[in-house]
Amino acid sequence: MSAVGTVGQLLWKDLVVEWRGREILTAMLVFSMLVAVVFNFAFSPSPADAPRLLPGMLWVTLAFASTLGLSRSFVLEHDHGAIEALRLFPFDPSLIYAGKLLANLLYLLAVEILLLPALAAIAGVPLLASAGPLAVILVLGSIGLVAVGTIFSAMSVNTRIREVLLPVLLFPLAAPVLISGVRAMLSVLAGASWGAILPGLRILIAFDVVFLVVGYVIFEFVLEE
Amino acid sequence: MATLADSEPLDASGGSDWRAGGIWVGGLLAVLGMYMATLYAPTERTMSHAQRIFYVHVPAAWAGFLAFGVVFVCSIGFLWTRRRSYDLAAQASTEVGVVFTTLAIISGAVWGRAAWGTWWTWDPRLTTTFMLWFIYAVSLMVRAYGGPGSQSGRFAAVLGIVGFLDIPLIHLSVVWWRSMHPLPVVVRSEGFGSGLHPAMLQALLVNVAAFTLLYIALSGIRRAQLVAADAVAARREEQRIREGTLAREGTR
Repeated sequence: MSAVGTVGQLLWKDLVVEWRGREILTAMLVFSMLVAVVFNFAFSPSPADAPRLLPGMLWVTLAFASTLGLSRSFVLEHDHGAIEALRLFPFDPSLIYAGKLLANLLYLLAVEILLLPALAAIAGVPLLASAGPLAVILVLGSIGLVAVGTIFSAMSVNTRIREVLLPVLLFPLAAPVLISGVRAMLSVLAGASWGAILPGLRILIAFDVVFLVVGYVIFEFVLEE
Repeated sequence: MATLADSEPLDASGGSDWRAGGIWVGGLLAVLGMYMATLYAPTERTMSHAQRIFYVHVPAAWAGFLAFGVVFVCSIGFLWTRRRSYDLAAQASTEVGVVFTTLAIISGAVWGRAAWGTWWTWDPRLTTTFMLWFIYAVSLMVRAYGGPGSQSGRFAAVLGIVGFLDIPLIHLSVVWWRSMHPLPVVVRSEGFGSGLHPAMLQALLVNVAAFTLLYIALSGIRRAQLVAADAVAARREEQRIREGTLAREGTR
């Protein structure tokens, strides 16, 4: 089977398992909505403040929600010994990384698609007018988050402190994504052009490329026992 | 019954003489460096004596970055060759590097209080260094909780590589965000050390040499300790097996 076919199969397996249980997506969605509501309790932004606060609220919510999803990503595999079975298949173990990454990316994008309108409605910020740049920032940022997150998710599931270790690994490493994402989104909401957010987009793209490649190469060292 | 004392004495020190020598020379250099920093170097025009923190701050930051560079190289070496010595060197260097980086951050905060009027700002260098500190502090957590056998070393090596590659990206993103740190005065396009009074540069270089030597000696000592701990663990294991065999022979 080709590499693409294998990744497709791995992704399909994850999506089928998720469809049957709906554990990860439900948890991520409910949790991210709750965080968004808590933020509004904390800041209760006025319509004038909202565009300034929304990017930070959104990215913090996404960072939390992604750790929730990522921490579950390898739990099923690990607890049922399925990861051993996966490693027995005669393909490059890095393809497992690609499959898991795509599944995690899809979950995060699904959460964003539902969270963004809700947050816009709660905070009263019209997002539709700048949907194009916002979508680009979100997709690039999400790829970055899951690119490092998938590596650390496979690591933390094998340790004693599992769910505790994942966020402390992920957040310092994901700092460029969070900083550039928030800053770029602020500029977009303040009415900046594509040119103004280009430096941020470049950092996001560089981050995505570096950690997709590093993750793909290094993943076999994470998996082996 | 066999005890540890019965068996051959453990020699895991690997000849620790050069390390002790490094500590002595580094310590003496540091004393000289502190003398030069406080009495030899002239007082800075605008910042006055607060500027003298620079002679601790810059060498500490340098030693910390050097340590994390060594961690990066040793991490690659460990994943590549699987030799335990690389893993132990990476661990020793991480620990000493975290200490030096902590020192750099604290001394920088004290200086910032005097020069900027604030302990902390989110300037690129400060933020990058702080994130760096987090990454390697977490790496120590990974070593502590990382699981059985070689797994924790492997995970720490993965983090050592991923974290090091992340540093330029963190820096770029914070530069885009905001900037306030004083500009470089040593390595500049106008020539090496052209931003400093010659006596200041000499004091700085002596301190850099002292901190570098101390880093090398301290991480060397720490590595020797880790090697010794490994040897003791192996000896215990061996003894446990031997006692188990004896006990089984006894019941037969």
